[in-house]
Amino acid sequence: MSVTEKAAPSLRNRSAEAFLHNPALGPLAALLVAIVVFSVTTSTFLTVDNLSLVVQQSLVVATLALGQTLIVLTGGIDLANAAIMVLGTMVLAKLVIGGSSSVVALVAGFLVCAALGAVSGGLVTWLNLPPFIVTLGMLTVVLAAGRLYSEGNSFPVTDNLLGVLGEGGYLFGQIRVTHGMTLAVVMFAVTWYALTRTAWGRHVYALGNDPEAARLTGIHVGRTRFSVYLVAGVIYAFAAWQALGRIPNADPNAFQTGNLDSITAVVIGGTSLFGGRGSVLGTVVGALIVAVLRSGLTQAGIDSLYQDVATGVLVIAAVAFDQIVRRRSR
Amino acid sequence: MTAPALQARGLVKRYGRVTAIDGADFDLLPGEVLAVVGDNGAGKSSLIKALSGALVPDEGTVLLDGVETHFHSPLDARHAGIETVHQTLALAPAMDIATNLFLGREIRRTGPLGSVLRLLDRGAMRQQAQEQLDALGIETVQHIGQLVETLSGGQRQAVAVARAAMFGRKMVIMDEPTAALGVKESGQVLDLIRRIRDRGLPVVLISHDMPQVFEIADRIHVHRLGRRAAVVRPADATMSQVVSLMTGALRPGDPDAPPNLVDT
Repeated sequence: MSVTEKAAPSLRNRSAEAFLHNPALGPLAALLVAIVVFSVTTSTFLTVDNLSLVVQQSLVVATLALGQTLIVLTGGIDLANAAIMVLGTMVLAKLVIGGSSSVVALVAGFLVCAALGAVSGGLVTWLNLPPFIVTLGMLTVVLAAGRLYSEGNSFPVTDNLLGVLGEGGYLFGQIRVTHGMTLAVVMFAVTWYALTRTAWGRHVYALGNDPEAARLTGIHVGRTRFSVYLVAGVIYAFAAWQALGRIPNADPNAFQTGNLDSITAVVIGGTSLFGGRGSVLGTVVGALIVAVLRSGLTQAGIDSLYQDVATGVLVIAAVAFDQIVRRRSR
Repeated sequence: MTAPALQARGLVKRYGRVTAIDGADFDLLPGEVLAVVGDNGAGKSSLIKALSGALVPDEGTVLLDGVETHFHSPLDARHAGIETVHQTLALAPAMDIATNLFLGREIRRTGPLGSVLRLLDRGAMRQQAQEQLDALGIETVQHIGQLVETLSGGQRQAVAVARAAMFGRKMVIMDEPTAALGVKESGQVLDLIRRIRDRGLPVVLISHDMPQVFEIADRIHVHRLGRRAAVVRPADATMSQVVSLMTGALRPGDPDAPPNLVDT
């Protein structure tokens, strides 16, 4: 009897405590505040069409940010993700235009993106090079490779399969749900599951926390780190597919700030750049915050340069917040 | 004399011209706490590394329960049932106690959920972690879902020790487990070591703290110049005698030396 009396409140406190300590909570509150503010101050923000558009616009960066989240959780960073994705869009488009079947093009696109992720991962893991430098080099190389491959052209895509993610039906007759949105939900769910419900995910967090401790507990640190970059490469291929669904044109000059946008979404979502802390849930919210901010400020008639200012301030605030949390937990 | 749980004979490890282990012997008896003491540079940690698989000796043999074994990595030693509590503790601070206890040894659900979907059995891990903490009398932590970074130094040490006790089937090696702790917390860790021994698991304790060694050890292995200088019983020796053995001021055969339990 005394046991149940003692246990019940502590259990409730515990879940309340866990809820309050969920690192995605702060970003979620910020997202809700932003939505409320723009709904009140503009007449066009809170419409079904606009909200659907906001989500569609955030899909590519959100998908890039999903791969970025995995890498940041290991304490790394990927500056080359958008370049890899853009190269992926060109492989897809060029092969189809050259007469390949769209399935062959998709397979090739996935292989190229995965291979480039593997190159970054291999250099970081087995040559012990800093991820910032490796992916900075990869960014330059892959960008140049994309321009060489495209010979300065962009490639319009008319193929059904490559553009399929931009299509989709209507929910409740009003809300447009594209296949790309569905795919993104599935990808985030699968990644969330892998990170929180499998040993692999725990090892990713552990090696981001303290690689030496992870090694001493018997985790295959190298193999795990490499797998993260490889998986991220595959995710970037999905981002390439998403991008062609959104705008059916493979352009070597597209998404030039995609890498920074994805880092912004990850950081605003509460994932620590020092590794080992964060969640894909936070990244979803982070990507939505950026999209909502852009859309809302546009609706409010504010210059896009001020939107950049707002995003930049938000990034710095998010990192500052992370620092404070880390310092307090010492 | 009972057969040793772990026995090493004539271990040698050279790094270029430096000889870290110079024909060292080692015996750990079942169910004992063996303290390993020695001056800085005596080669204690090299010896311990050789026993825990962190270094591969150039010469010599290691017998585990009488069977010759060769460890090529710490994982080999772990698979053989030898657990080490490192000085750094090897815990992931942003993860909770249960997760840390099972890090690298997670339990999956049975059936296709586990084998196909790789789903972890979090309930089972939490329960076993709780049982382990209860069995070792670690009551200072509030609950098993607490993050390690919210724990005190002593509590973290307790978690690392609990993990070693949980998975160690043959022996537990502890490297300076109380070096970073206050008096009260050190006492709690010593209690833990006793409880592990009382469950029948032998413990190797590397320590600089002589009063502590005399309080807890069943036997004291004195290491000097890369080899075993003597093994004495705390009841037969004084602290200053052990320190003299460590520094070479006293030799095992000397008339005023404590009885040496082994041939050296």
